[in-house]
Amino acid sequence: MANALLDVPGTVKKGEVFTVKLVLSHIMETGYRRDISGKAIPRNIVRWFTCSYGGAEVFRAEFTQAVAANPFIAFTTIATASGPMRFAWEDDEGVKYAEEIDLTVTG
Amino acid sequence: MTGFRLTRRAVLAGAALAVTLRPASSEPEDMAAAIRAFTGGKTPTPGKVLLDVAPLVENGNSVAVAVSVDHPMTAAAYVSSIAIFNEKNPQPGVATFHLTPRAGRAWVATRMRMATTQHLTAVAALSDGTYWADRREVIVTIAACTEE
Repeated sequence: MANALLDVPGTVKKGEVFTVKLVLSHIMETGYRRDISGKAIPRNIVRWFTCSYGGAEVFRAEFTQAVAANPFIAFTTIATASGPMRFAWEDDEGVKYAEEIDLTVTG
Repeated sequence: MTGFRLTRRAVLAGAALAVTLRPASSEPEDMAAAIRAFTGGKTPTPGKVLLDVAPLVENGNSVAVAVSVDHPMTAAAYVSSIAIFNEKNPQPGVATFHLTPRAGRAWVATRMRMATTQHLTAVAALSDGTYWADRREVIVTIAACTEE
């Protein structure tokens, strides 16, 4: 599985409010579980997620271990202009992930 | 002998009182503290917010939650943040979402873990500095955090 599954309309009308949905591929290890030898498994969750579009951050989220594995995120934004929509997130191990899609805005 | 019995009773009474006075659970205080940290000490007013979650869920490992706020999203007045809190998971916070007027609608959705049957609270921070909340009880039949 890729880093994330994205569900964003390819083409939207200018001024339209559209929904962005993502499923990030991440274990979201809580830090409360133990492995078979009884050793605590260190926490590893996605700490933050951002979406920037049209030159500005339009959405940001901060997570705790209460967010389910493979975090689902959905939010809305207004179609302003064609261009890239960038998504970025980082986990406890410091791994930075990024995804990008090209949005076409008509009208 | 009588003195001993009285003392023992006193000790038992004292122990019973200590048990009675102890709060039922420390989590709600954690939750209240987390909400205060989000609101900067203010108490959110019930209203405007809709926490959309099923009243009964089978699997606590993945519970769909959506929060919407009955408020415009304009540069003059908008919802700046939405946070979700829980009562009985090991930590009181779930997630915090930061919105801008460019969101168009004050709505977010995610999926969360629930350790047991409990209340959830969603709090919205408005650009005018007020805080609004909604509270729902969710009954969980299979809890998260039980699988190894």
